[in-house]
Amino acid sequence: MSIELKNITKVVDGIIHIYPTNLHLRDKEFNVLLGATLSGKTTLLRLMAGLEKPSSGEVWFSGKNVTHVSVQHRNIAMVYQEFINYPNFSVFDNIASPLKVAGKTPDEIKQHVGEIAELLKLSKYLDRDVASLSGGQQQRIALARALVKQASLVLLDEPLANLDYKLREQLREELPRLFAESGSTVVYATSEPEEALMLSGHIATLYEGEIIQYGKTTDIYRRPANLASAKIFSHPPINITKVVKSKSRITLPGVADWPCPEVFQDHIDGEYILGIRPHHLSLKNLEQSEKHIRISGNVQLAEISGSASLIHLRINENDWISESGGIHPYSIGETINVYMNLDGCLYFDHDGKAIH
Amino acid sequence: MPLYQRLVPVIYILFLMLPIYWLLSMSFKTTNEILGGFSLFPQDFTLENYIEIFTDPTWYRGYLNSITYVLMNTVISITFALPAAYAFSRFRFLGDKHLFFWLLTNRMAPPAVFALPFFQLYAAIDLYDTHIAVALAHCLFNIPLAVWILEGFMSGVPKQLDEMAYIDGYSFPRFFVKIFMPAIASGIGVAAFFCFMYSWVEMLLSKTLTSVAAKSIAATMTRTASTAGYELGLLAAAGALTIIPGAIVIYFVRNYIAKGFSLGRV
Repeated sequence: MSIELKNITKVVDGIIHIYPTNLHLRDKEFNVLLGATLSGKTTLLRLMAGLEKPSSGEVWFSGKNVTHVSVQHRNIAMVYQEFINYPNFSVFDNIASPLKVAGKTPDEIKQHVGEIAELLKLSKYLDRDVASLSGGQQQRIALARALVKQASLVLLDEPLANLDYKLREQLREELPRLFAESGSTVVYATSEPEEALMLSGHIATLYEGEIIQYGKTTDIYRRPANLASAKIFSHPPINITKVVKSKSRITLPGVADWPCPEVFQDHIDGEYILGIRPHHLSLKNLEQSEKHIRISGNVQLAEISGSASLIHLRINENDWISESGGIHPYSIGETINVYMNLDGCLYFDHDGKAIH
Repeated sequence: MPLYQRLVPVIYILFLMLPIYWLLSMSFKTTNEILGGFSLFPQDFTLENYIEIFTDPTWYRGYLNSITYVLMNTVISITFALPAAYAFSRFRFLGDKHLFFWLLTNRMAPPAVFALPFFQLYAAIDLYDTHIAVALAHCLFNIPLAVWILEGFMSGVPKQLDEMAYIDGYSFPRFFVKIFMPAIASGIGVAAFFCFMYSWVEMLLSKTLTSVAAKSIAATMTRTASTAGYELGLLAAAGALTIIPGAIVIYFVRNYIAKGFSLGRV
């Protein structure tokens, strides 16, 4: 089922939650809504679900205006961040609930629930009480209920945020596959850029109630349309600084200069904004490559995140973060060299619009 | 455990049970023995008092009348309080907080205030001396209490549960009966218990609004004291029997009763 949001807005008590928004999600695609807390992800999901009515604009499903269709009749499924299950039902009855309401026969229900439970490793618990299970299991029940319905639209509101690390990793891998097999259009809200990258598919970046950009996840990661989109889609945060373009050179004042990329050539000279993701500032000596230039900075803080090192550097007037694989201990105050990948440089004009 | 630590609860329970024991022991004595002097156990054990209550219609009718209007009241109170509490817990509307507080203020006036207007009103519309008269009068106190207790329990259920049910395709009535009411079953039990207890022990309104046909046990008990002299044994037996329904009802909600006293709020 394709989903179209036509110029929808949401205003609550005079506060704008969603600015006029247009979005077209194609049938059977996996879509990610990426944005910080309060950026409007949940509100958008609720508008698609019909749990809230838009203040203006329309919601269309497969070419039909469903703005005033009730939740019950939209054939959707939703999974919340909090583990929401029917407290007085057994695991089996929880998963079976949408089928029962749809009036399926007991045999059909038993078969479907059995298959889904198998898939989500819940077979052992079908007779148990929901409250007696762990958070991860409870969320898998919620996911099972969403899957078993074979809804045309599945909305997932940060479903993995409250799960422990291991389970999150595992489900992140499985989710796109599970829903691809069920043939549903999926909208997955998350605040984690890494998660968005891992889930792949299409992505819409949200900032303060506005959709900044929509497209294929990899395209948007490589070519954010503007600064806001680049900021949302970067973890650790993208390094931002002012650079000066004059003729065919770009200068980071007091630090370095390098040749201007071709797409940038015909823009007028002056100040621009450079954005560079931390992993494009490498600790490895890549001086030989002409794509890299050396920059030296003062170590402010060195932290280890997973199997990567994040080095916070003071480079001239800027505080930058460099991310490299492996564990690299440095002492604070030490002066070190990092190598900036020119291919990773993103340029933006004064209004934050990307140049590419 | 040292001896004194075991002694404290034992003494505590003994003190608590003493009045109840005294009542029970009196109910098995003859009135003469009760008036005759101090005795720890019934010297002249008799079931005469209980037999009298179960055979004399003026006595057992009292119980039946009381139970009738109490059950009526409990059913009416819960039936009306459920949707009201749902509205207060789930929706925002103009003046909702004021209305909610106003409900509780109904409990702040003593029943005596309402005795006269109720009496006059019911007499005028031919409701005087009926079960429903007392049941309705008690609603004035019980519906607000039930709304407050149920609202507390309902607010403990996340709103997403409602939404999820709608997403699964449940209609509102089906969701309310099949999912929501079981989810707050303990709250309904507690609210019903409080309605039952209030209505069961309330005397003034039930006495004022009934005379013969719907005369309550409380009225019967207090009137007997002044007719055929002092029938203390009989009264004690009646008192002992009056405790039983409450004890039965409280057994079912014993685990949730504390939450009920805090009006369902944790």
